[in-house]
Amino acid sequence: MIQLKVKILYNRREKEDYYHLSLLAPKVAREALPGQFVNIWLGREDGAFLRRPFSIHRAKEGQLHILYKVVGRGTELLSQRKAGETLDIIGPLGHGFDYQLSATNYQLPILVGGGIGVAPLTFLAERLACCLRPAARIKPLVLIGAKNKKQILCAQEFRALGCQVKTATDDGSSGFKGRVTDLFSYLLSTFLNYKLSTIYACGPRPMLKELASVCGKYNIPAQISLEEHMACGINACLGCVVETKNGYSRVCKEGPVFAADDIIWR
Amino acid sequence: MKPNLSVSIGRLKLKNPVLVSSGTFGYGREFAEFLDLRELGAIVTKTITLRPRQGNPPPRTCETPAGMLNSIGLENPGIEVFIEKNLPSLLKMGAPVIVSISAESDPTEFAALAKKLDRIAGVKALELNISCPNLKRTKLIAQDAAESFQAVKLVRRNTDKPIITKLSPNVTDISAIALSAQKAGSDAVSLVNTFLGMGIDVEKRMPRVSTVTAGLSGPAIRPIAVRMVWEVYQKINIPIIGMGGIMDLSSALEFIIAGATAVSVGTANFINPATTIEIIRGLKQYLIRNKIKEIRSLIGSLHVQG
Repeated sequence: MIQLKVKILYNRREKEDYYHLSLLAPKVAREALPGQFVNIWLGREDGAFLRRPFSIHRAKEGQLHILYKVVGRGTELLSQRKAGETLDIIGPLGHGFDYQLSATNYQLPILVGGGIGVAPLTFLAERLACCLRPAARIKPLVLIGAKNKKQILCAQEFRALGCQVKTATDDGSSGFKGRVTDLFSYLLSTFLNYKLSTIYACGPRPMLKELASVCGKYNIPAQISLEEHMACGINACLGCVVETKNGYSRVCKEGPVFAADDIIWR
Repeated sequence: MKPNLSVSIGRLKLKNPVLVSSGTFGYGREFAEFLDLRELGAIVTKTITLRPRQGNPPPRTCETPAGMLNSIGLENPGIEVFIEKNLPSLLKMGAPVIVSISAESDPTEFAALAKKLDRIAGVKALELNISCPNLKRTKLIAQDAAESFQAVKLVRRNTDKPIITKLSPNVTDISAIALSAQKAGSDAVSLVNTFLGMGIDVEKRMPRVSTVTAGLSGPAIRPIAVRMVWEVYQKINIPIIGMGGIMDLSSALEFIIAGATAVSVGTANFINPATTIEIIRGLKQYLIRNKIKEIRSLIGSLHVQG
């Protein structure tokens, strides 16, 4: 991990409240692994005092991409930053997805993203696309959940990376009508051959909790990316803990990606 | 002119007056990637207790206007593991190490902790955390002059190392507590620990930190902390380590001019891990610019009219 000032290449609105930020950060982009995050300093005592952690959306050709949703003061300030300006970032941070097994065995990786939770999964799909054995013709399965069709993110990007994509929306405006975890359960109970599969997921806490319970029932290993309020992101404050079977673990250090069955859900 | 930044905390000589506050710097290792730790005046460790503590349930922190609330609950591996696993690497990092200690329920734990650390030559001083607001007790030791006196006395009997007593701002008269620490043999006082505060998520109508109340830090508390340092400076004759929302050179100088011999950077480490180094460089330039030879002559140099 390093602290450095990087240049904004672009920072544009994708759709709705979703923005795509691209940073010129060759060193961080080279080191970054799927599931890791960067901590961005917005430099404002009034409303964005602490750094804001963002998972890495893509890292290639010296560029670091962040896909984010404007949800509060910090992301609002970030959305106002312009190309050519600099940002102070620390990264890459945390423990990401362990995807080596999916990369070397003939097994189907299943990626499940809810809302803005798809952001780090694109990076994972990118790396899987590089290392899955072409002869095995394994196409990672990506399940994307959102409120409605307009909020479905990255479907095209995943397809371009050679994934099969299925969507679930609360109102049925795209794909399966219902929650993405319901779509997942439905697929498991019908035709999906999930033997030897690994689930990689990111999304809201209730979604991940439900997913962990389904995976537990079918005995499928799942890796999930968690959030907790973070003050430092560098394992100094001990603030961002989650309860695991081995006591408290830090989201910024042992996480953000955890084995779903290690987490004690409340 | 090469300005002299060195200061003394009792018998402890520091090459510059910039420390890092307990609980904001881990055990040093995390920051080695961001700065040269040898440049620091001293490192104050995360507080150590006799037994391991797993800390409070999440959420443990939240952001507030110009600050943050925390309720970590003194998560630490306990003194034995600390001495065996964390301390050796910390001592090799080249900055003087001050170990912060706290009793959990029985003040006599301070004596046991002091005794164990007294034997370790690399430990340059002990900071007595009698002011953590996130333990399950109704009253802090630092909220009672007699109890503060007793705690310092207990440690004094068990170590010759310099003692720094960390005071709570959650009191009516902080000078009274500072005086009893001085009377009991404390070599210095550090102030202030965090202010007891609270934040509420109005949609959920739930506290934003699991323990409901938590410690407030950051620039939001700085003016009150500076005022407390100024007040205590009038009353005691042992050195003060000033802290509370120091983010940069000018905020560090405020504390020194108000009467602090040294300053300690806390919350700012979370945001800019190199804050301390920037302050140390800034202090040198400030002294040169103002033709001041020694930082010591700045301590308590506030000009008050009338």
